[in-house]
Amino acid sequence: MTLALVCLAGPVRAADIEAKLTIRDHKFEPAQLTVPAGAKIRLSIENQDATPEEFESHELNREKIVVGNGTITVFIGPLDAGRYPFFGDFHQETAQGVLVAQ
Amino acid sequence: MLGTGLLVFREVLEAALIVSIVCAATRGVAGRGRWVGSGVGAGVLGAILVAAFANVIAAAISGIGQELFNASILLAAVVMIAWHAIWMASHGRELSAHMKSVGNAVQAGSRPLSALLIVVAIAVLREGSEVVLFLYGQAASGAGVAALTGGIALGVIGGVAVGFLLYFGLLGIPMRYFFSATNWLMLLLAAGLASQAAGFLIQADVLPALGNRIWDTSALLSNASLMGKTLHTLIGYDAQPAGMQIVFYAITAIAIGVGMKLWGNPARASRQASAAA
Repeated sequence: MTLALVCLAGPVRAADIEAKLTIRDHKFEPAQLTVPAGAKIRLSIENQDATPEEFESHELNREKIVVGNGTITVFIGPLDAGRYPFFGDFHQETAQGVLVAQ
Repeated sequence: MLGTGLLVFREVLEAALIVSIVCAATRGVAGRGRWVGSGVGAGVLGAILVAAFANVIAAAISGIGQELFNASILLAAVVMIAWHAIWMASHGRELSAHMKSVGNAVQAGSRPLSALLIVVAIAVLREGSEVVLFLYGQAASGAGVAALTGGIALGVIGGVAVGFLLYFGLLGIPMRYFFSATNWLMLLLAAGLASQAAGFLIQADVLPALGNRIWDTSALLSNASLMGKTLHTLIGYDAQPAGMQIVFYAITAIAIGVGMKLWGNPARASRQASAAA
């Protein structure tokens, strides 16, 4: 039944806002990213390190692996205004950032 | 070493919890160790393959290959658990009765054990592929062999230990209720996996979220906490679920519940039998 649901839903409209993060030396750049509240966001994350990372956020309810020298896209929102911390699961000491919706 | 151990622990824990429930649900089945062992083995092999081809999977289907892959194998696990739970609902009573009389020598018979092998393999594959990628990154960044193996050992031992705790805890359930209890656990597990699958499909923009945050209980029990993670794996707890996740959760739980009632009600089955006679 769940499978049927997936098929029925079909494609959803494209995202409104593009945003971009870069991972370099196991850090996010920028470490604070501001996006408009109330809009769907297409967030692309480019990993310039040679090693894999996992983009993760409990507040955004997202997790996705980004391989070394790879780029991923994650769809987020529409968000309420607020701060949404995210981190790199594989390098949590350094890979910390926050998405600010306003 | 501690950092490595912690990450490995978190991933192993999630797989170990699922394997524990499967072990409890297959209590008394002859050759169960072989089935579960094969599932773990297949999962580890799959994890290495998935990690090795992570870039291919990620790039597939215009960048949403990872989400579609995760959602597909999660939904496959849901179907397998549903099949087994419904089968058990119609045969569990005989199994309980049988186990009381002949101890642990119940034959597997026509029981869909292969379904559970697949569930174990999928659980290990999903968590394992993250561990493999993480360890690869650590090794590539020059982490020492001793620190890595020490971390792996710590994480695996810790995760498996918690799995054993859960398993022996479940064994404490009285025999009379045992299989219906494990069956309900399987139902909640499947519903949680379906909700996770929905999360991936929302992340990939394949499905609408139907509300990003229907409620927020993260102040009460955060997804990041150990208890939050454990309940996330076991019953699909989510501090901030999207509407579509709730829809998937409810549909799965209701479908399996109805299936168990329809095929698992001995009174109805015997009524039908007497009506036919």
